[in-house]
Amino acid sequence: MITYLARRTAQAVLVMLIVSVIVFVILHALPGGLVRAQLGPRASTYSVDQLERTEGLLKPLPVQYGIWLLHLLQGNFGFSYKLNQPVAGLLVHYLPRTLLLVGISSVLTVAIGVPMGLWQGYRRNKPDDHALSASMLILYAMPDFLLGVILIILLSLDLPALPSTASAFGTSLPTDISVLVLPIAALTLGNVSYYSRYMRASVIDSLLEDYVRTARAKGNSDRRILVRHVLRNSMSSTITNLGLTLPYVFSGALIIEELFNFPGIGLLFWDASQSRDYPVLLGVVLVVTASVVVGSLLADIGYAIMDPRVRYG
Amino acid sequence: MAELPTGMLTPSTGAGPELSLAPGEDLPSGRLTSMLAAVWDNKLAMAGLATVIALTLFSYVGPLLYHTNETGTNLLMANLPPSASHPLGTTPEGRDELGQLMVGGQSTLEVGFAVAILGTAFGMIWGAVAGYIGGFIDAALMRVVDALLAIPFLFFIVLLASITTPTLIIIILAITAASWESTARLVRGEVLSLRARDYVQASQQLGARHPHVVFRHLVPNVTGTVVVTATLSMADAILIYAAVAFLGLSVPPPATSWGDLLTTGINNLFDGYWWQLWPPAFAIVLIVLAVNVLGDGMHDMVEHRLERR
Repeated sequence: MITYLARRTAQAVLVMLIVSVIVFVILHALPGGLVRAQLGPRASTYSVDQLERTEGLLKPLPVQYGIWLLHLLQGNFGFSYKLNQPVAGLLVHYLPRTLLLVGISSVLTVAIGVPMGLWQGYRRNKPDDHALSASMLILYAMPDFLLGVILIILLSLDLPALPSTASAFGTSLPTDISVLVLPIAALTLGNVSYYSRYMRASVIDSLLEDYVRTARAKGNSDRRILVRHVLRNSMSSTITNLGLTLPYVFSGALIIEELFNFPGIGLLFWDASQSRDYPVLLGVVLVVTASVVVGSLLADIGYAIMDPRVRYG
Repeated sequence: MAELPTGMLTPSTGAGPELSLAPGEDLPSGRLTSMLAAVWDNKLAMAGLATVIALTLFSYVGPLLYHTNETGTNLLMANLPPSASHPLGTTPEGRDELGQLMVGGQSTLEVGFAVAILGTAFGMIWGAVAGYIGGFIDAALMRVVDALLAIPFLFFIVLLASITTPTLIIIILAITAASWESTARLVRGEVLSLRARDYVQASQQLGARHPHVVFRHLVPNVTGTVVVTATLSMADAILIYAAVAFLGLSVPPPATSWGDLLTTGINNLFDGYWWQLWPPAFAIVLIVLAVNVLGDGMHDMVEHRLERR
């Protein structure tokens, strides 16, 4: 167990290091370089030289990477010239909101998708299974923002309690709750199909297994077999899926935050992409990826705790 | 997105040697043809294929039959509801919505096809090299895949696209950069498991060179999986392109896409211009559904073939 966790953590650190190299390369692939991006195309050669010197851009690239990484580890994500404040402060302010959105939505997605898939697998090829599969396929085929718009049309126009914009987030707790309902619903509906599809296939496979036949021979009810044996057996893989789908959930959050004007890290990122604020863009990519890596690490640890095959393996 | 559940269903780490050689196993030729024949039998998949062809004709042949001005701006004609001269109304620029859908379908389908082909080809080569060579190269190549998969793809694409001014080529390359990784993982797994098979081992022991093993034994056996992945990745690419357009990164005007048209419809949502919202929404959902149904049909086919092994 300890060796497994140590190996898994080392792997996560390695992945983050590679991500930092990729981001660093993108940063230096900017046409005209980072200095031109900050000073604009009409800056004089003198001021470009000056800034390149002070920013340490004349040093060899590996040295620059080392210095940049060291700064990152100390929490120095650079300075946003567009917003005139340190990037780290912005990230600390906006990331928790997105984590809240993503966290609640992930829990809801599992809470809806897993029982649905369980039911579909049990009722496979019956009319209700087909109906659910078809609706899940249509939900899957919709872009996340279309799903959000349909929710706005269906609910927000009639119910003032569910506003179509979440820009008021952070004023008071009742506002926060009412403002979060639609974004969370849109994000959740868009991802339920991953779990229901996976669970359905997994249940169909499990029902053919020997342990199910044994349980049935011992006189267990279908309900008990599904909940006690099939569901429990697939819980660990559901947790792994939770880790694997995180990149998709974060991508969905970017769209949903833009649509509902939810002031999270996705909206910060979008604003930065409009104003080409590269320090913010890179900082957001780094912390969002770090959240994904930490999230899937936690998922794997949960998996190891729950599944005796890994715990003692 | 769609290949995620399937990918998880078939863990790609299994490298255990298969001891038996089922009948028909040693005949790699004609697998693709037999797969296409079986898709022909699957009615739902056929409907999907027919829809893809119909939408392609709509986008490319449509403008030849239905002449409209798709480049000029005419504010006197802006936001008109559907009428006899404009069956689907007009856009905020005063262009015909139906004509815009045809033109927008072109860039949408081009992104879909191009990303499916480029992403799958690149992912296949990356994964095959990793799986076939193995060892340190394999580990290094796959860690890069892990890292790229950990970056939420929309953030990655927006970052890549905001470095330069987006054009169709840039958008295709940016979406490809975020979509080849799962193919690479899948192909690596397949190659690892195939490489350990008796007939491949035997072929190598008999002195077959690398090109023979690769082209005679490995390529024919991964073709099915790869074609399915390519199909499903086309649907994902179209969805991602719509999302990227919604985020404001798209082909420069007057070119357009279904995602751009849908975004216009959303921006005018509260003005009641329903004809700007539902037609592009319908087009996107229809093409993604059609491609997915086609891909699922082909996937069932390949699975069925694997079961017979």
